[in-house]
Amino acid sequence: MDAHVAQLQMQYRNYILSLYQQGFLDDQFTELKSLQDDGTPDFVAEVLSLFFDDCVKLVGNMARALDQTGTVDFSQVGANVHQLKGSSSSVGAKRVKGLCINFKELCEAKNYEGCVRCLQQVDIEYKTLKAKLQDMFNLEKQIVQAGGIVPQVDIN
Amino acid sequence: SRLDLKISAMVMAAEPQFHVLAVDDSLFDRKLIERLLQKASCQVTTVDSGYKALEFLGLREGVEINDPDAVSTSPVIHQEVEVNLIITDYCMPGMTGYDLLKKVKESSAFKNIPVVIMSSENVPARISRCLEEGAEEFFLKPVRLADLNRLKPHMMKTKLKNQMLEEIEKPSKVESGTAAAVVEPEVKDLTEIGIKIVPLQSEVEPKQVHLQVVQQEDQTMSNNKRKSVEEGLSTDRSRPRFEGITTAV
Repeated sequence: MDAHVAQLQMQYRNYILSLYQQGFLDDQFTELKSLQDDGTPDFVAEVLSLFFDDCVKLVGNMARALDQTGTVDFSQVGANVHQLKGSSSSVGAKRVKGLCINFKELCEAKNYEGCVRCLQQVDIEYKTLKAKLQDMFNLEKQIVQAGGIVPQVDIN
Repeated sequence: SRLDLKISAMVMAAEPQFHVLAVDDSLFDRKLIERLLQKASCQVTTVDSGYKALEFLGLREGVEINDPDAVSTSPVIHQEVEVNLIITDYCMPGMTGYDLLKKVKESSAFKNIPVVIMSSENVPARISRCLEEGAEEFFLKPVRLADLNRLKPHMMKTKLKNQMLEEIEKPSKVESGTAAAVVEPEVKDLTEIGIKIVPLQSEVEPKQVHLQVVQQEDQTMSNNKRKSVEEGLSTDRSRPRFEGITTAV
């Protein structure tokens, strides 16, 4: 086997493992990967794309709801958090999901400052995850272009 | 169980295609459930609302298009659209998953189609309400492939029942014209493959198997995922399945 390919594959393995170890991803992401096969090679990418589109939309909604000069509709914010919690959970975005759980409590408590801060964290977190996953996909592409196969990474 | 063994043998021999109708207002969730179902070797149709689901089934505004009369026993009248399972999200605008469940169970044409409810929220009262209304299962999101694979015996039974019912309705070698006489020769075949006419008994069996499976999973998974109201699976759930056979000829 090409040494270059082997090196890329090792890099890829380590990268994926670090994403799990650092809590960016959980076993739901593993489940998603297992649903992808030769017939549906873009499934994970498509799902993630939908997820990040959702993030943009929902964060936008929440920012607007929290930007009221008058009274803030916390139930509106809460409804968006609920949706984001659902999709982050379905995609395996562990940190985003965790933030949403806190966020939900802050909405219920009608804690304005807390909500604003939490929203900022959510914004940073989903963008960070997006960048990390982009790096992961780039590594996959490099492996394939170098003539190798993207390895299955066993997370245990 | 013997029934499961027979079903597995039949599935491997015939590889029947189960057709599942998936209902969810979220595009994201539809994409997921669609892939999951395809991976579970099912044919999938996805719709984004309860209204569209009813339309697809052939029920429009509560009026059943193809139901000729009230004592019809065949659950599959609209032959072009055979649906072996409906899986629906609970929280949807307009018609909720629960509303859809009710409409399906109230329809004489489609009440035998198993309905599964999905929700991202673990609300015991909601879960028992759905089960009481006749939902086959209640899945907490994110739904996994293992969950769907557990549905196969349910779908297989419905498919088999449909086939059996079609067989029974055909004019057969009978001396008297009573329904009992028509059914009797067939009963032997049914019990041979483990399907009993008495609905409650046969419904309870798979549920007990399911409970065991769920408990095993709970031990390995750190988060509580599946139905939290295990006790909610009461055995007195009356879902008339074969009710039609005794009244029809």
